[in-house]
Amino acid sequence: MVHRSTAMLRRFFILILVGCAAWSAAGPRALGQDTATKEVPVQGGREAGLAAWERVYSVLTHPRCINCHTATNYPQQGDDRHRHLFNVVRGPEDKGVPALNCATCHQGANADSTGVPGAHNWHLATLSMKWQSRDDRILSSAQVCQSLTNRTKNHNLDGAGILKHHEEEPLVLWAFQPGRHRDGSARSLPPLTHDEFVAATRVWVEAGTPCPQNP
Amino acid sequence: METYKLTVNGQAKEVTVDPGTPLLWALREDLKMTGTKYGCGISACGACTVHLGGIATRSCVVPVSLVGDRPIVTIEGIGQDPVGRVVQNAWVSQDVVQCGYCQSGQIMSAVALLKRTPKPTDTNIEESMGGNICRCGTYVRIREAIKSAAQQLT
Repeated sequence: MVHRSTAMLRRFFILILVGCAAWSAAGPRALGQDTATKEVPVQGGREAGLAAWERVYSVLTHPRCINCHTATNYPQQGDDRHRHLFNVVRGPEDKGVPALNCATCHQGANADSTGVPGAHNWHLATLSMKWQSRDDRILSSAQVCQSLTNRTKNHNLDGAGILKHHEEEPLVLWAFQPGRHRDGSARSLPPLTHDEFVAATRVWVEAGTPCPQNP
Repeated sequence: METYKLTVNGQAKEVTVDPGTPLLWALREDLKMTGTKYGCGISACGACTVHLGGIATRSCVVPVSLVGDRPIVTIEGIGQDPVGRVVQNAWVSQDVVQCGYCQSGQIMSAVALLKRTPKPTDTNIEESMGGNICRCGTYVRIREAIKSAAQQLT
């Protein structure tokens, strides 16, 4: 009787272990398939997640991205991130002001013959997604990470939503195909390819979007 | 060379140009509509402003290939628009123009401003018109004309 109970108990524990393993493996794969899915941190993946985040951060703070994630009333231009020429201002909807909208010059695609970059719905990131200080200094990795993962600031995106944004948003895609200057020279590119950027984002998201410690 | 169908001031037009040709040159050179001016060629001065799909647009930097089916309104057609007509009259009554070269762009921008902001503040005017340069310095009269037009429209 005692021997039989022990065997049943052993089978029960094996079932539990198999169930846990299956749940653990299925959790991360679900990301990106269902935006309502709660992120399931990969066991022991925090270090990998933080390393992946640093790669993501290297892209987010490249001029192709951060020039439109300003803390000011204006966008920036160029690799030196100078203030946008022509008195362009942010405007109430982050799209400029009447008669001087972003779309006054920026069309739905790059205009390489005239040197004006373009993509669908060209606009500034909302102020809550600023990755610079008011004096144009780039925020730290920890600060950008905290903003990006704060759903009160990021249009209520969870990890899967951020991943989708990085995969599909036209302005994100533009950063990796930014077109040419008026003189024909190519605009500089972020340090990762888009595929690498998405892969790094995926690792970071699957690790539970860990952020570095302050500062 | 490619052929593009454009709708300019309500009329169907056709131009055969290189896809990278700025809309400005299609208007001026191919359609002989010279009211829209070439100023800087880099969207810095606003002299080339037209309305593209209802948005004030610098025609010197928009290739014809990116226009698509959006209607184009130029200074030659803005008088057919109720707001445009009032703005043009205000320009005359306030005697805004000096040399006049930038004024077609100024009027196109002013109309775009008033369509979205019927009662503009000084800040609204400064921000919206700040990209339209006037070497004669008619800014004070431009501001008064916009305010005068706004009063007539509201």
